[in-house]
Amino acid sequence: MKPANPLRTWLTRHAQVSLSSLGRLYRAPLASFMTAAVIGIALALPAGLYLLTTNLQQLSDRWDSNADFSLFLQQDLGISQAQALAGRLSDWPEIDTLQLITPDAALAEFRAHSGFGGTLDSLDKNPLPAVLAIKPADRYSDADSAAALLERLQALPEVELAQLDLQWVKRFNAMVDIVRRSIWIMAALLGLAVLLIVGNTIRLEIQNRRSEIEITKLIGATNAFIRRPFLYAGFWYGLLGAILALLLIQLTFLQLHGPVHQLAELYQSDFRLQALTGNEALALLLAGILLGLLGALLAVGRHLAAIEPT
Amino acid sequence: MIRFDNVSKRYPGGREALQAVNFHLPAGAMAFLTGHSGAGKSTLLKLIALLERTSRGQLFLDGENLSRTRKRKIPFVRRKIGVIFQDHRLLFDRTVFDNVALPLVIAGYRHQDTRRRVRAALDKVGLLDKERALPVTLSGGEQQRVGIARAVVNKPPVLLADEPTGNLDPDLSREIMVLFEQFNSVGVTILIASHDLDLISRLHHPRLVLHAGRLVNGDILDS
Repeated sequence: MKPANPLRTWLTRHAQVSLSSLGRLYRAPLASFMTAAVIGIALALPAGLYLLTTNLQQLSDRWDSNADFSLFLQQDLGISQAQALAGRLSDWPEIDTLQLITPDAALAEFRAHSGFGGTLDSLDKNPLPAVLAIKPADRYSDADSAAALLERLQALPEVELAQLDLQWVKRFNAMVDIVRRSIWIMAALLGLAVLLIVGNTIRLEIQNRRSEIEITKLIGATNAFIRRPFLYAGFWYGLLGAILALLLIQLTFLQLHGPVHQLAELYQSDFRLQALTGNEALALLLAGILLGLLGALLAVGRHLAAIEPT
Repeated sequence: MIRFDNVSKRYPGGREALQAVNFHLPAGAMAFLTGHSGAGKSTLLKLIALLERTSRGQLFLDGENLSRTRKRKIPFVRRKIGVIFQDHRLLFDRTVFDNVALPLVIAGYRHQDTRRRVRAALDKVGLLDKERALPVTLSGGEQQRVGIARAVVNKPPVLLADEPTGNLDPDLSREIMVLFEQFNSVGVTILIASHDLDLISRLHHPRLVLHAGRLVNGDILDS
């Protein structure tokens, strides 16, 4: 009787070993869960922050396209002249809507919201100019056309100052960029942590099973045969950790989804918190598996060779 | 089957465990290896199973020069040898069945074949009813028989036993020896290290006597 054909043997063997490794984790549920939980948290942190930045990015993208122009009109311009200008501008194809805020209206609003009402009373004359708030048409809201429009508006004789409210969006994007970079650094460090956690767990496992390793080597096991269950253990730790990380992120998402929606509605926004996409979730699972395997590989390479039967 | 050609083994530190050992154990033979403790019996067996490497001389197993075997090939040499230890070396967290199946699992046998062969081996040593038991629940003699079943389950051409009756009473020892003789009768080459001279003298097999690392009567097997 010869052993069965090599490919089939190889496949059966891998299936058996992977299941028995999983069974081994299952038989020590608390210890396995704790290891997987640590890995899960370490993976969930950078993944969750990544999700946060994609949401912030999405938010700022909306603001990008909603960039408004503010035209501060000449101080000595009368209401009728301002209305005439508004009438002319509303015919421009670049402009979607526009709203005239008279000096009186601006003053009233400022008085109501700024908390400087008393100070304003001491002024003998309204210092605020009339303002035209302009929303560009969608087709003209990209950066280049917006800049061109800004130039044209600034050239109008009635306009003291034309301002595109983009500066702060740029600053916001710069901040998101910094956060994103810090997340990559953090992800690298936490990935290293996962590697060490898995490596250490496997190292302990190897020590616990030292006599078993010796005996199997004694009766003709190859190094690959002995390595295999430990690599599968690393695989399972990584996969379980990644699944836990996904659960953590999903739970957080469910917790925040309602309140964020509510907040967005208060701002008349239809902004919705985005969950991880299928591809991103898959990437997280793969990252977990890869780190688990790599950690096991490191431990196995260092410690298994040292065990020889006597 | 097993040939020692001027084999010496010097351990790190300078102790000469074996010095210029010569003998030839032909295929299908059964022999005892005797001598005082520390005479080099265990070392000699370890050299055959490649647990230790020869310092000088050449050692052949089934025509293969083990002094030249590469590290990577060692597992495949060991699969040709069934080794039985005085301390059994069983896996205590696995059932008797799983312990005996281990060499077959390592060699990649199919599940059905494994079952059949493990059953046959357990039947041979009289432990078929204990296949689901854990080794700790067995007596010393039973554990030894599990070790023997594991050693023969993949039908290796060579069996090595290191003090297989060391901890057993005379009756059990005799049973174990009868088992070995049965395997020998179907062609397995067997080398048993033992200092149980009483038992050995009652069985009519050639003896290799080691004294302080030297073979006193190695020539008796040279034919």
